[in-house]
Amino acid sequence: MVDDLYREIILDHYKNPRGHGVIDDADAHAEGLNPLCGDEVSIYVRFAPDGETVDEVKFSGRGCAISQASTSMLMEMVQGRTATEIAELPKEDLLEEVGIPLTPIRLKCALLGLGVLKVALHRAKGTPLPQEWAGIDEIDLR
Amino acid sequence: MAVTARPALDAQKLRADFPIFEQKIHGKPLAYLDSAASSQKPRQVLDAIRDFYETSYANVHRGVYTLSERATASYEGARETARAFVNAPAAREVIFTRSATESINLVAYAWGLDNLGPGDVVLVTELEHHSNFVPWQYIAKRTGADFRLLSIDDQGELELDGIDDLAGDGNVKVVATNLVSNSLGTVNPVERLTAWAHERGAIMVVDAAQGAPHHRVDVQALDCDFLAFSSHKLCGPSGVGALWGRAELLEAMAPFNLGGHMIRSVRAEDTTWGELPYKFEAGTMPIAEVAGFGAAMDYVAEVGVDAIAAYESDLAAYTLDRLAEFGGITSYGPPPERRAGIVSFNVEGIHPHDVAQVLDSEGVAIRAGHHCCQPLMARLGVAATNRASFYLYTVPDEIDRMIEGLHKVRKILG
Repeated sequence: MVDDLYREIILDHYKNPRGHGVIDDADAHAEGLNPLCGDEVSIYVRFAPDGETVDEVKFSGRGCAISQASTSMLMEMVQGRTATEIAELPKEDLLEEVGIPLTPIRLKCALLGLGVLKVALHRAKGTPLPQEWAGIDEIDLR
Repeated sequence: MAVTARPALDAQKLRADFPIFEQKIHGKPLAYLDSAASSQKPRQVLDAIRDFYETSYANVHRGVYTLSERATASYEGARETARAFVNAPAAREVIFTRSATESINLVAYAWGLDNLGPGDVVLVTELEHHSNFVPWQYIAKRTGADFRLLSIDDQGELELDGIDDLAGDGNVKVVATNLVSNSLGTVNPVERLTAWAHERGAIMVVDAAQGAPHHRVDVQALDCDFLAFSSHKLCGPSGVGALWGRAELLEAMAPFNLGGHMIRSVRAEDTTWGELPYKFEAGTMPIAEVAGFGAAMDYVAEVGVDAIAAYESDLAAYTLDRLAEFGGITSYGPPPERRAGIVSFNVEGIHPHDVAQVLDSEGVAIRAGHHCCQPLMARLGVAATNRASFYLYTVPDEIDRMIEGLHKVRKILG
């Protein structure tokens, strides 16, 4: 089971994360916290001149292999997509890409980056947040 | 491993009392190193709960019939057991609650709301579990009192030298600390803190959720004013805890939960409160769990808390040695002689979640996270740690298997 979890592609993204870093003067930015372990992730987005399409996206922070790898995969997935498309991106699409069996606890690790990205876009562009997050506290997803 | 022959404790033999160890996890025997989060339960406790339901169950203090009398005798018997367990002067000072957390909330609300105000200071330590931190922070905010944190040094021990400066001219009303840190295993000098608190005219509140299962607790020797502990970390069922408080303080306090059983008389225009301890036990309490809690205290007392403390301190020393030998480890907390059976550590470059996940595949259960101590984690400059914690059924082989597992962790993620 542990070999399924830490399969090669996960370890590759964990050890060589794509889009790792900070964008100064980002158009959209948010930080999030996984309250289960205290991990933090920040996401930065720069839009293309149309103001809609993601031109550059980066993440920083600390986390476990699952959260780091899934956020790295997310960076590749959303490159070139519009804010609206990303807001509508179902979490299942990312989980399919991650492609490993996850317990409910580890699911929170895998989805932290996606949540933070959606909050960043919500703040910058007013795109909707998933319904299950209605009323979520700013403390949980700074 | 050579466990020094102080008060004797045969963990291998005691382990046979715990049915949970009869199973395999991922095809491997269970190595359970998370007793600080919650302990496993011996057959004696499980049997006591089953026996109670099968032979004596009814609501307590209600009926005049035989079963209700039996249930009441069991319930009040457990109260006497709890009194003796913490050497309280009187059983009426022992209140059953749903958890140690609820015990602390009871004090924070029922004492705090009526006794705190602007200019007052509530002082808690950086080592606190959120259970003894958040209620005080919240009640301080509600009442306008100042909430201040007593800092720790790099070894995770309280910096008592700075306490006068921290208090300053403030009117210190509450000092709250745990007896044992659930994250680092620090055994805190409660007597010294109590003396200081009383000199300042403050009450001393002790969270013994982590301490009471593993260390001798004597509220008269500690000289504290309130002490909270729980069943589930002490070989007993979850859903029940206890609060000891000085009778004169409890008597002067308003009730906390309101409803059935905590009253003397109820009329349309007014209600008067019952006597201690019933004033604080509203509604039907966890009756069978209290029976189990009583059996758990009996079990732990029979093994002997001093023997448990000595044995676990040896296990902590052994674990620290093995981790040092493994290399690339940062461990947190005081030296073994001032530490309970808890070892928090990080493996260089590898996140605790990943460590714990790989160890699980080897049947080894450790905790990875902030241990409900985010302020402490911030002080240590980490988001999370791994934590191995022990109890009377922990054997050195489980620690050896954790170390073996760490080799696998490093192989996969290093």
